[in-house]
Amino acid sequence: MTLRRLWRKAVNDVMLTMTGICAVLTASALFFILGYLIWNGSTSLDWNFFTKLPLSPGESGGGMANAIVGSAKIVFLGALIGVPVGFVAGVFLSEFSGKTLANTIRFTADLLNGVPSIVIGILAWALIVVPTRHFSAWAGGFALSLMVIPVTLRATEQFLGQVPLSLREGALALGASKWKSVATVVVPAARTGIMTGIILGVARISGETAPLLFTALNNQYWSKGFNEPTASLPVMIYNRAISAFDDFHRQAWAAGLVLLALVLVANIAARMVLAKGAAAHRG
Amino acid sequence: MTTMGAIPQPETKREAMADTTPDAKPQAGPKLRASNVDFFYGKFQALHNISIDFPENKITALIGPSGCGKSTFLRTLNRINDTIRGARATGEVVLDGENIMEGDVTELRRRVGMVFQRPNPFPKSIFDNIAYGVRINGMARRGQIHEVVERSLRRAALWEEVKDKLNKSAYALSGGQQQRLCIARALAVDPEVLLLDEPCSALDPIATSKIEELLLGIKEQCTLIIVTHNMQQAARVADFTGFFLLGKLIEVNKTDIIFKTPAKKETEDYITGRFG
Amino acid sequence: MATMAPSVPVRARTSFRNVRGGDQIAYLITFLFAASILLVTVLLIFELWVKSKLAIHQFGFSFLWTSTWDPVEGQFGALPFIYGTIVTSILGLLISVPLGVGAAIYLSELAPPRVSNALTFLVELLAAVPSVVFGLLAIFALVPAMRLYVQPALIRAFGWSPFFKGPAYGVGVLTASMVLAIMMFPYIISISREALMQVPREQREAALALGATRWEATWDAVVPFARLGIVGSVFLSLARALGETMAVTMVIGNDPRIASSILAPGYTIAAVIANEFSEATSDIHQSALVALGLVLFMITIILNGLGQLLLVLTAKPGTAK
Repeated sequence: MTLRRLWRKAVNDVMLTMTGICAVLTASALFFILGYLIWNGSTSLDWNFFTKLPLSPGESGGGMANAIVGSAKIVFLGALIGVPVGFVAGVFLSEFSGKTLANTIRFTADLLNGVPSIVIGILAWALIVVPTRHFSAWAGGFALSLMVIPVTLRATEQFLGQVPLSLREGALALGASKWKSVATVVVPAARTGIMTGIILGVARISGETAPLLFTALNNQYWSKGFNEPTASLPVMIYNRAISAFDDFHRQAWAAGLVLLALVLVANIAARMVLAKGAAAHRG
Repeated sequence: MTTMGAIPQPETKREAMADTTPDAKPQAGPKLRASNVDFFYGKFQALHNISIDFPENKITALIGPSGCGKSTFLRTLNRINDTIRGARATGEVVLDGENIMEGDVTELRRRVGMVFQRPNPFPKSIFDNIAYGVRINGMARRGQIHEVVERSLRRAALWEEVKDKLNKSAYALSGGQQQRLCIARALAVDPEVLLLDEPCSALDPIATSKIEELLLGIKEQCTLIIVTHNMQQAARVADFTGFFLLGKLIEVNKTDIIFKTPAKKETEDYITGRFG
Repeated sequence: MATMAPSVPVRARTSFRNVRGGDQIAYLITFLFAASILLVTVLLIFELWVKSKLAIHQFGFSFLWTSTWDPVEGQFGALPFIYGTIVTSILGLLISVPLGVGAAIYLSELAPPRVSNALTFLVELLAAVPSVVFGLLAIFALVPAMRLYVQPALIRAFGWSPFFKGPAYGVGVLTASMVLAIMMFPYIISISREALMQVPREQREAALALGATRWEATWDAVVPFARLGIVGSVFLSLARALGETMAVTMVIGNDPRIASSILAPGYTIAAVIANEFSEATSDIHQSALVALGLVLFMITIILNGLGQLLLVLTAKPGTAK
């Protein structure tokens, strides 16, 4: 081989290796994060963590029960408002709407999706916190709902679009009206995909912190109902992490581990279901 | 294309390929020789025991119905099937005495060029498209590249049409021009063999005839192997023709013989349009 | 994806006039839900505008290039935050784009399919990690490493230049950029990989047929063909990075000054809103923060729009000019 040929072969092999290293590095970031959290957080995960309220630093036995319940409350509100809106809007786009209207709404939803979460928080603050003059789970839930709408919309539209024409026509040919055929045949046919899209969306909002900072704020105690400032897991993690106390740091690790575990499990489960569904479709 | 008078019946396919014109130069052997080539896509066997010679500086056409393996066979000659997962070729393909199935594939591909079914110019200017192969193979100094580009474009009968717009994007050309560009690009690296995989199937008749004409000019410096769906095309340009069916090479001979007096019934059925 | 039915089913769109009874109600209800999305977006722009008017009236356009941020005196200028937002994001891009595009090339062109799918799965899961968890790791793992090893080394090597002047705080613009880079990987990699996988096989084969090595074929033929999609992925990732709040505010140092050294602490728009909004003392303070939010909103909208446009263009054939 000539020198030039040897050089080209060497470049080829080097670039193959280097790009491979890039890929392995980025993929391993996840393991690194998970490992670090397990290493630092698993020891602080005890019964107290899940059942007790936070105590002052130095006092042992405290936990994040209120944050766990609070997150559940806020995420529940967010899903309650956002998922139906996204879903029904998706049905409209896929089944009823004309082309230009569909494009406009889809464009707007994509726009909303791209808005930084802190700016969404500002909107929720302006619409709910300001008139009611206090922070609340409602405000936090509303902010999160705005973030789950675009995700749900896209999933609904995508999976409804994959339902074959033959299925729709079969229902119509039996005398079903359009809305009935959609409700009883088309949507059930797409339900797996839509469900996984919703799960992914809810998993995403359960990890969001910024929009809660000045809507639901935080709370060291239990919050009654939905009208008070409410603790949430992400905000607690932030709060504890930037504090000066080791105790609090340990709690932040534990809470981070719980949050990440929840989010990852939801994501992996949803993706596996999606992959199985796609394979069945192809096969 | 054909010789005068009676042609002695060949005993083996190989002898049929020997040039028997009166002033023929003594043949040292075919430019490219395939022996017992099998090809597998995973478990599926696409080619069965193909043996064929390609004489130097002649055009050999490979014809046959869709899916008969002629394109697959063509692609084994420059090992471009190596990029397909699960694809495997056995047997021997010898170029000037060397087995190409082993050895450096990039050098092989410089010597055995390929033109594809649909024009596939790079998203670069016309000039850079042609210069690409020259540059990566280090075949010319910077000053000479322009010469090489012009020469290749002339051989591809495209120079007059693009000489004023060498810097324009290749996509600005029509389909027929793009395909001639691809031929020029392949010629720029000075290949000894040029493989053409149904090069005119995406083109209109005028573009097709332009390309057929330039192929006749190219063969003086290059051995051409062309896969085609179009029997009339094979009759027009090819010196030799091979007929493929279901992954087997049924018959190969001088084009005239194949089309006028084929030896095998399958060939005759195909030629007369009884199937395929 | 269904292979039996066409991927875009051809259905007669039901226009409002052609339906009757139950279908009409169904149309109306679903339309209302969909329209609420339009309403909310309009509300967003409206509220951002209204709530920031106070600050805009008081400071005018000079808000954008004033660098004092003094809640006590009532003086508010956006420049330190715009500067910090842009610098951290661009620096983050400088780190993540080469690594990310390299990884995308490997995953789409060079890796065996099972390896590619497995690694891509892992990379995409990275996108699901909450920002605050990145911040957690950044505070306790990255910052000490920066303070003890990386920054001192950089100061020793490049401390003569204005960009690397010490002291080694650990936190700072560079640290925040590194966290942003890690958070941008999944977006750059998955979108670029998609773009690369859409390049027709014949492009790669054309290069190989001329005697190119695998790398040459990839770099010279495939990557240029996908360049619009790759640039689109960069825009989209940049838009995300600009709006990133928690991880950045935990490690940037939260200091509203403009320093040339990337080892110095800084501040971003999202970070200052996160830190000061709930405790803003005066109306003008609050309004200034909302004005910052408006600026961030507009920048991200433009970048997202451009990114989406580029991705749409890659899907069109023959546009890889």
